[in-house]
Amino acid sequence: MSRIIVIGNGMVGYKFCEKFANHPNSDKYSLTVFGEEPRPAYDRVHLSEFFQNEDAKALELAPKNWYSENNIELITNEKVKDINKSAKIITTANNKEYSYDVLVLATGSSPFVPQIKGVDKKGVFVYRTIEDLEQMMKYAKEINAQKNNGKAAILGGGLLGLEAGKAVMDMGLEAHVVEFASKLMPRQLDIRSSNVLQLKLESIGINIHLNKATNQILGEEKITGLEFGEDDKLDVDMLIVSAGIRPRDGLARNCDLEVGIRGGVVVNNKMQTSDSSIYAIGEVALYNQMIYGLVAPGYDMANVAVNQILGNTEVLMPDDIDMSTKLKLIGVDVASFGEPYMPADKGHSVLFEDKSKFLYKRINVSLDGKKLLGGILVGDADDYNMLHQIYLNGMAIPENPEDLILGARSGEKSSFGSACDLPDSAVICSCENVTKGTICNNLENGTFSSFGDITKNTKATTGCGGCKPLVNDLYKETLKKLGKEVKEVVCEHFQYSRQELYDIVKIKGITSYEQLLNEYGKGDGCEVCKPVTSSIFASIYAETANKHNVNQDSNDKFLANIQRNGTYSVIPRIPGGEITPDKLIVIGQVAKKYNLYTKITGGQRIDLLGAELKDLPSIWKILIDAGFESGHAYGKALRTVKSCVGSLWCRYGMDDSTTLAIKLEERYRGLRAPHKLKGGVSACIRECAEARGKDFGIIAVDGGWNLYVCGNGGANPKHAILFAEQIDSETVFKYLDRFLMYYIKTAGPLVRTAAWLDKLEGGIEHLKEVVINDSLGIAQDLENEMEKLVETYECEWKQAIEDPKLEKRFNHFVNSNESDDNLVFIPMREQQVPKEW
Amino acid sequence: MILENYKSVDKDKVVNWFEAGKTSDFDENGGNCIKYKNLQIAVFNFTRKNKWYACQNLCPHKLEMVLSRGMIGSENEIPKVACPLHKKTFSLENGKSLSDENLSIATFPVKIENEKVLVGFDF
Ligand code: SRM
Ligand SMILES: Cc1cc2nc3c(=O)[nH]c(=O)nc-3n(C[C@H](O)[C@H](O)[C@H](O)COP(=O)(O)OP(=O)(O)OC[C@H]3O[C@@H](n4cnc5c(N)ncnc54)[C@H](O)[C@@H]3O)c2cc1C
Ligand code: SF4
Ligand code: FES
Repeated sequence: MSRIIVIGNGMVGYKFCEKFANHPNSDKYSLTVFGEEPRPAYDRVHLSEFFQNEDAKALELAPKNWYSENNIELITNEKVKDINKSAKIITTANNKEYSYDVLVLATGSSPFVPQIKGVDKKGVFVYRTIEDLEQMMKYAKEINAQKNNGKAAILGGGLLGLEAGKAVMDMGLEAHVVEFASKLMPRQLDIRSSNVLQLKLESIGINIHLNKATNQILGEEKITGLEFGEDDKLDVDMLIVSAGIRPRDGLARNCDLEVGIRGGVVVNNKMQTSDSSIYAIGEVALYNQMIYGLVAPGYDMANVAVNQILGNTEVLMPDDIDMSTKLKLIGVDVASFGEPYMPADKGHSVLFEDKSKFLYKRINVSLDGKKLLGGILVGDADDYNMLHQIYLNGMAIPENPEDLILGARSGEKSSFGSACDLPDSAVICSCENVTKGTICNNLENGTFSSFGDITKNTKATTGCGGCKPLVNDLYKETLKKLGKEVKEVVCEHFQYSRQELYDIVKIKGITSYEQLLNEYGKGDGCEVCKPVTSSIFASIYAETANKHNVNQDSNDKFLANIQRNGTYSVIPRIPGGEITPDKLIVIGQVAKKYNLYTKITGGQRIDLLGAELKDLPSIWKILIDAGFESGHAYGKALRTVKSCVGSLWCRYGMDDSTTLAIKLEERYRGLRAPHKLKGGVSACIRECAEARGKDFGIIAVDGGWNLYVCGNGGANPKHAILFAEQIDSETVFKYLDRFLMYYIKTAGPLVRTAAWLDKLEGGIEHLKEVVINDSLGIAQDLENEMEKLVETYECEWKQAIEDPKLEKRFNHFVNSNESDDNLVFIPMREQQVPKEW
Repeated sequence: MILENYKSVDKDKVVNWFEAGKTSDFDENGGNCIKYKNLQIAVFNFTRKNKWYACQNLCPHKLEMVLSRGMIGSENEIPKVACPLHKKTFSLENGKSLSDENLSIATFPVKIENEKVLVGFDF
């Protein structure tokens, strides 16, 4: 049996194992893998997610037992220190020797740390491994404990540096990105797009310093700042160096394999090094005189190496390697593909820039106007996947190439045509090398029948995830082409969409989950369909969450938001954000009595956190006696209608926004919907209530109110769209009744108004037709249904504490009155918070 | 570590059938928590299947005492509970997670006698 040894169990080393395990010849070989890190290979590309969840397991590419189950010997925590080429033996740091027939170097790269005076000070970090992140977080915590305006700099404004900038913010420090060049992401962006990106980053709190050469790192034992020129300094408490990578080619150098001038083990298109029994793949390999700092080419290399070694010698590395990239900083879209910028004699460029919206788009077109050569997108990279495909496949482009970035202006939304127009050979998922043909042909011949089948069998979307929208489009369009209805079914228990279930419940008069499941579903239900049907019952029968409480989402079940330690938060309703001193005092008293952490929320009200389940009823009793009611902060229901102070006090106020906000909040309080609902009312265009970031927003203008709908803050911010101008407040209510009810009846589960509108056929114009012009003839029904919901509104907390049967569910134990003994709190700024996970 | 307090118990290894309460103390098609010595045990009255299940209340994901507050249901006929914190799901039959192969929970036998809910322990 031939012996293969792989040195390095990183992303590419793992991909080698996976391709090996799936190869038909693998049983003729034995495979041993050495990894220097303490754990099996993990997803370095999504390393930054570790800041959010500190869950190393979630990043794991495969658990340890996967290797043994596939007859692969994995030895972690073991560095290889020497290769003896002629004897074909490697030696590990523990002086153990292993012989090989074929050796594969997958040692990756290490962060490049420039030799600046003082880089060895405490507080200077690199960004590559889970351990790096753990140390950074620990250090950041120490800084945060000492002061509340800690700062951290990132050396390097490339792709990774900007990602680190976001991470620094997430750690609660002020972020400063320091770049030597005159632009950000120098390899991917031109000067103008860099300027736009800089504005955008600064708007979210990442400070940018360009043209800065760092001379030395200041501080005694630990870093206190960076010095650029004589009088040019930046005070920081921490530094992350992200100045590029260096291939880890030390082993190769020591055994005289050929390496490049600036490092990297030279390989041919079989991934063979200058010794034909030794291969190199991933970031250590120098192919076409390049180190590719991306995972997709590395995965390709792993595939080539496995095939070469296991006998499929016709599989070779292509000459051209696509370096297109999309930044995955949450909240900032940046992408570049092909040749992002180029001299004018190679082609002409179409540019679009709107600095006020942080938008920049550029495409480069061949001189004959027929081919897309590359481009840059900042601020809105929704079209990246399609543009990238057009570029990769050399597809024909519209006569007016500007349509590609501005959208065809004849009213049609897209100028790309359909995803199905791509050639079969188009690589849709570059991480896993999955072509459009593989996806569509298997759907057409029935091998795949669901989205899950595609991802399970091809692994598409499981790498960087960037291709997900495109795979989804292909899936839907192919099914449509086959004449199959693409059904957005709720889950395995119901072959219906939410809208269909809504209609069934309404028309058949079904009143319980069990009945619905028996008559229209199968199996025993689950955590997806139960809350969906509870929400439908609530919308149709004006039921509170006390009914069906075992089928309510866990927050609705206990009428409070569960916190990370299993305790709950209490948010009483404070309509429009207006509250009397007496009520404020009661909140303070309750918080004191139950030792609750108190915080002003982002929704103009007050959150009392850390309440034990068993205390919720008595807490609410005090609040209700003082005139409060549930704020439904736990429900997929109306949350708040945010107000500005408006003409009651403000010198610019054009109308009484506070009163309108309170009225709106009181009308729609507790309204259960497919997702949560938020509103806002501002009394002038300065927009202090951020009404356009809400599901419905109202702004006072000369001559009435402007109504906006379908805005969203949160993960994908969208400004609400102007729906009606200069209307009176009665019309505001009329339109909102109809709009909200139409949304409640037709949206999918957990789809907010903005996402719903995106998918609504006919878009905002259709919505105006239905709501304003009553094109479907349902306006009166919608109003009546809303009226009924408003009339039958009841505070569900009041219900819960008045009915002893309902109260029982708040005991932690059935057989004891004790508290959860697993709770541990730690002090924090004179209050208390749960211990860390 | 707290996870080590929870080990599955086979029906034939039970030394103590602990009386956790009356059947009416428990939610239909839902979960409740009981205390046994230093353990917190989630008990599920799966009325739909006419079966009772018990497992640790501790979610192995973040080690919080929450599983009894999760929603029950089935996946391909396997009865399961979904943790209320991050919706990881676990088979109520054998405790294996259905959504994360690295996780599992301990399960305990339950029997009903004279409308009393008895949970089996080996200590
Ligand atoms: C408490 C609060 C943060 C704070 O301390 O200020 C908060 C806390 C949570 N938000 Fe929020 N959001 C809070 C205001 C907001 C705002 C600001 C606003 O409303 O003006 C937003 C952006 C506006 C928007 O919704 O469009 C916001 C956008 C989100 C999102 C993203 C929604 C989206 O469409 O992308 C989620 C996730 C979700 O709902 O799926 C979320 C979810 C959550 C949850 C419920 C997560 C969870 O399920 O545990 C958090 C509950 C913590 C808890 O248990 O108390 N929260 N959340 C705020 C409560 C406001 C209130 O008085 O009720
Ligand atoms: C924060 C971050 C974000 C990124 N984002 C993206 C992105 O969005 N898109 C993208 O395409 N790429 C991204 N990358 C780059 C991507 O992670 C790398 O291209 C990929 O990990 C390279 O894989 P590799 O196996 O060659 O190297 P690595 O993943 O670094 O693996 C090499 C392994 O070999 C081990 N090793 C080295 N020497 C020895 C030895 N002598 N003995 C034993 N073991 C050894 C190392 O410890 C390491 O575990 C990102 C990288 C980082 C750090
Ligand atoms: S409060 Fe909102 S933004 Fe903050 S962690 Fe929770 S969900 Fe995220
Ligand atoms: S704590 Fe249970 S799933 Fe996270």
